[in-house]
Amino acid sequence: MTMTDSASPATAAATPPAILIEDLHKRFGDNEVLKGISLTARDGEVIALIGASGSGKSTLLRCVNLLEVPDSGRVAIAGEEIRMTRDRKGVTRPADRAQVDRIRRSLGMVVQNFNLWTHRTVLENVIEAPVHVLGVPRDEAVARAERLLDKVGLAAKRDAWPSQLSGGQQQRAAIARMLAMEPKVMLFDEPTSALDPELVGEVLRVIQGLAEEGNTMLIVTHEMAFAREVATRIVFLHQGVVEEEGTPEAVFTAARSERCRQFLARETRW
Amino acid sequence: MLELLSFGPGGWGDEILRGTGVTVAVASLAFVIGLLFGATAAAAKLSGSLPLRLAADTYTTVVRGVPALLVIWLFFFGGSGMVTWVAGLFGYGGRVELSAFAVGVAAVAVVSGAYAAEVIRGAVQAVPKGQIEAARALGMRRRLILRRVTVPVALRYALPGLGNVWQLTIKDTALVSVTALAELMRMAFVASGATREPFFFYCTAAVIYMAITTLSAAAFRAAERGAERGVRREAGR
Repeated sequence: MTMTDSASPATAAATPPAILIEDLHKRFGDNEVLKGISLTARDGEVIALIGASGSGKSTLLRCVNLLEVPDSGRVAIAGEEIRMTRDRKGVTRPADRAQVDRIRRSLGMVVQNFNLWTHRTVLENVIEAPVHVLGVPRDEAVARAERLLDKVGLAAKRDAWPSQLSGGQQQRAAIARMLAMEPKVMLFDEPTSALDPELVGEVLRVIQGLAEEGNTMLIVTHEMAFAREVATRIVFLHQGVVEEEGTPEAVFTAARSERCRQFLARETRW
Repeated sequence: MLELLSFGPGGWGDEILRGTGVTVAVASLAFVIGLLFGATAAAAKLSGSLPLRLAADTYTTVVRGVPALLVIWLFFFGGSGMVTWVAGLFGYGGRVELSAFAVGVAAVAVVSGAYAAEVIRGAVQAVPKGQIEAARALGMRRRLILRRVTVPVALRYALPGLGNVWQLTIKDTALVSVTALAELMRMAFVASGATREPFFFYCTAAVIYMAITTLSAAAFRAAERGAERGVRREAGR
């Protein structure tokens, strides 16, 4: 499928959504984690995925870039559907690994535990994928990396090792590493869950800045105040299904689902 | 006493030196070839294929389960026959004789590889899964991830164990002396018999083995420090 890549308002209706998820199912053994999830993210939307632990929100996020392979359902990124096939045992897998690698280059991901490469400096972490995946000349990649490190407030740490950084600094370096690929969509999987409370703010501020620049984002988070302020849409998952969905205003003040209201009451108690 | 080690018709210095050279050559070749065997077996053990896993497990279990000396005898008596048989399959009718050097290198490499396989497997498994996942999420292809993430990170975990395998490999070469290959142990034995000074020559050999292992242990430590770059916290921090 070929579609023209245009974001101008006149053609917005014809532009395929940044992310299209249809009837996604995923089970781990006997545990069905996703029970038919559909979700569409249009360009510029910031969607916060909320829900209790085990509701399937991280699994859903990981299915978008195929770190988890869904058992059934469709995932399409900017109109390009990820082709799936089944092996002899009936296990689903991507039909074309090269397609998955290519699509992943347009999807940035930041995870809970940062996962910086410990054997490379901060700068080397940031230029690795541009140089080795995209073939960007090294000087150019370094120049871009320096701008990005400056943007996340780590210009002074370019030659530091990940082990010498605080959690918040490591997460900001991981965000710079993701930005270096100039992703069309950004996926955040509980980006502040592994951080000490006093370090959460510095990371959330960086993510908020990216949201304000108009980036398309899917954010799994437990930070309700952050979700309410930054997201354009809230999606509440409960036991593998979308239980509630709407604008932050609607979800936080007038959720239709009783479970969603209870969840929000618990999460925002303090 | 030391004139026994002089270089010339009366002394054994040149023979001992040549023997040392053969020992280092056998050990180095066997270690490097063993690393290839070990890496292959480790890849097979970590692969999804049951036949490959079984083959690799059989290799490491059998070879680590029998004495190295036995493996050397098997290669010594069976090696030429085996190669002759394979050559026969390709239409070569004559008998192929393998040199004692080739047999020694092959036998010690097989033993060294079996131990290296377990070290490499453990090291690859110790690579944090998240670091591989980060690479996948950035669209890095399998080969690239192996080369840029898995191998450099695993190396740090593998080096101490591989240093150990290297020491074992050096000492296993002494067993090859039973095939009359003129390595250090064999030369010490021959010199002992000819001069009736076994204590002197075996002590000399011991000193030389110690020198080789001490020097190489220092080299491995330096390599470990290099591989720990960025991970070990600097003093004073």
